[in-house]
Amino acid sequence: MPMRKVMKGNEAAAWAAKLAKPKVVAAFPITPSTLVPEKISEFVADGEMDAEFIKVESEHSAISACVGASAAGVRTFTATASQGLALMHEILFIAAGMRLPIVMAIGNRALSAPINIWNDWQDTISERDTGWIQFYAENNQEALDLILIAFKVAEDERVLLPAMVGFDAFILTHTVEPVEIPDQEVVDEFLGEYVPKHAYLDPARPITQGALGFPAHYMEARYTVWEAMENARKVIKEAFDEFEKKFGRRYHMIEEYKTDDAEIILLTMGSLAGTLKEFVDKKREEGVKIGAAKMTVYRPFPIEELRALAKKAKVLAILEKDISFGIGGAVFADASRALVNEKEKPIMLDFIIGLGGRDVTFDQLEEVVAISKKALEGEKVEEVNWIGLRKEIL
Amino acid sequence: MVPLEEVKKMELPADVKKKLTLPFEEHFYAGHTACQGCGAALGLRYVLKAYGGKAIFTIPACCSTIIAGPWPYSALNAPLFHTAFETTGAVISGIEAALKAKGYKVKGEDGIMVVGWAGDGGTADIGLQALSGFLERGHDALYIMYDNEAYMNTGIQRSSSTPYGAWTTNTPGGKKHFLEQRPKKKVIDIVIAHKPAYAATASVAYPEDFMKKLKKAQTIKGPAFIQLFAPCPTGWRAPTDKTIELARLAVQTAYFPLFEYENGKYKINMPSPNKEPKPIEEFIKLQGRFKYMTKEDIEILQEWVLREWDELKKKAEIFG
Repeated sequence: MPMRKVMKGNEAAAWAAKLAKPKVVAAFPITPSTLVPEKISEFVADGEMDAEFIKVESEHSAISACVGASAAGVRTFTATASQGLALMHEILFIAAGMRLPIVMAIGNRALSAPINIWNDWQDTISERDTGWIQFYAENNQEALDLILIAFKVAEDERVLLPAMVGFDAFILTHTVEPVEIPDQEVVDEFLGEYVPKHAYLDPARPITQGALGFPAHYMEARYTVWEAMENARKVIKEAFDEFEKKFGRRYHMIEEYKTDDAEIILLTMGSLAGTLKEFVDKKREEGVKIGAAKMTVYRPFPIEELRALAKKAKVLAILEKDISFGIGGAVFADASRALVNEKEKPIMLDFIIGLGGRDVTFDQLEEVVAISKKALEGEKVEEVNWIGLRKEIL
Repeated sequence: MVPLEEVKKMELPADVKKKLTLPFEEHFYAGHTACQGCGAALGLRYVLKAYGGKAIFTIPACCSTIIAGPWPYSALNAPLFHTAFETTGAVISGIEAALKAKGYKVKGEDGIMVVGWAGDGGTADIGLQALSGFLERGHDALYIMYDNEAYMNTGIQRSSSTPYGAWTTNTPGGKKHFLEQRPKKKVIDIVIAHKPAYAATASVAYPEDFMKKLKKAQTIKGPAFIQLFAPCPTGWRAPTDKTIELARLAVQTAYFPLFEYENGKYKINMPSPNKEPKPIEEFIKLQGRFKYMTKEDIEILQEWVLREWDELKKKAEIFG
């Protein structure tokens, strides 16, 4: 029987790792993710987890050791956040390019400067072009589930790409919630053992990995990563189906909430989705035709699902905790790509919100709705809006 | 060209074979893309000979990335993992951990050798942190630093392993006599500060000594490190047929003495000078990179060599 325990998001991630049985874990401490490897080291110390735990001297080495381990053909896991993920940046491309299905838990945190340990998504969003699959969890249960799903998808022969699962710093990493821990046997059935068929390091079978690719070959190598990421769309949906069958919880590329007759749809990711659902309920009581949607998968970007969602809305308001300076939010830019050639599309607005751990309040969401309503009524509004700015200190 | 399969089948007459001091087996094949006279290519060949088919190689971005061959070629009869410049120590740690987790025997006579093969830039500079982590954590692997004393792959820029007075493309001399101003970093001393299971210097001029050290690195449990002196005729502006002579003179002048560190003990190996070292001029006069040195520069380098040599001899006396 699955067991229910009250735990922090970080513990949920560690439990997911324990259930997935990686053979090598290499990690370096960083707020707010430190507890993930800490908890894993406890599992290893108590003999509950049979993994080589490498206590590396930096995140750069954490991911490099994972790359080496994964290339040697074992299931591999790590966790980090923020500056740690940024330090890994160079190696993230290598992991994807070498098609190594490493899974990484991220306690989504802001990037310096100024130094800030609190939540936004700038860390993972900034890694969107590395070739890693990206999931975002709304709560601790999702953090656990999505890590299991991430292994399943990453290791699929049709994909073979690394995957990261983001869950918001402190809001989830350090907050306790009831979490259902699936049965080990069912997880074993769901994941199976990781047995690489093509590229792994073994003296009995000498191959080269990551060799110099001349202009005559480089593009094709990159194209295969593109193809793998495209394949991931289907594989993720299959994994969601199988996950539901085995564990009873349903996941969607984009999960919708009260969107059917909505004029304004608020689209977001991560824990903010919980806040939005409550807010939508409140506004519905006031008679506002509003709905919410949560993007669970950000890479591959759920293009078809977004198109379907957009058809329902007159205003699509994207609320995101990241900024690409000089253009706007990254999700907004990506969503624009998804809708650019659609014949009918909603007014699209971008709302930069909750950076560096700033609480997202109903007042701020009212501001989002007010701007969206203006747009709905034909008034010209800014496409990119910073919400909750303290203008008095600017 | 003789096909590879034919080469593999080649046998030497028994009486000739008896006289060989190195394994006849070849695991580093013709067709590699090293420059003429490359010391690193020679060194890599010896490592492959030592471990036969039982090693996994990790090579960071360096000359050897090119030497091994671009996709889809490989000059190595061994699994080879190409990684980023600064990651050799971390990647071999990961490979070792994974092999252990899979239940494979790592190191020892019949175990798999996990070998990191990195240049001086990738070791003394950008890869120093990962090297330190690898040594400190005590992984059962071997890190070889092939030392050609500059960033040769990017076109001869100084590294912290470049000696005093050397010309490189970013210590070009010029009107202000802007040659390398700092002495060669003693990476081996930094390594020994970690108290590794085994550390040694070696030279491509003394393959039997190098081979012995490779065997030791294989049998001793724990992290092993070898700093291999590997002349680069291209970067040193030296004739391509002088590689061995240069490597030998580096030892005979005590510029690069051969020694081992094992279980806390230092041992100077025989090819090193047992009496007075030869003057450093003998080493530097064959190389264009030193031709801008003044008499004073040569004195400074000579003094450094003798001071370091003296220090090593004292260590061998005290901790021998």
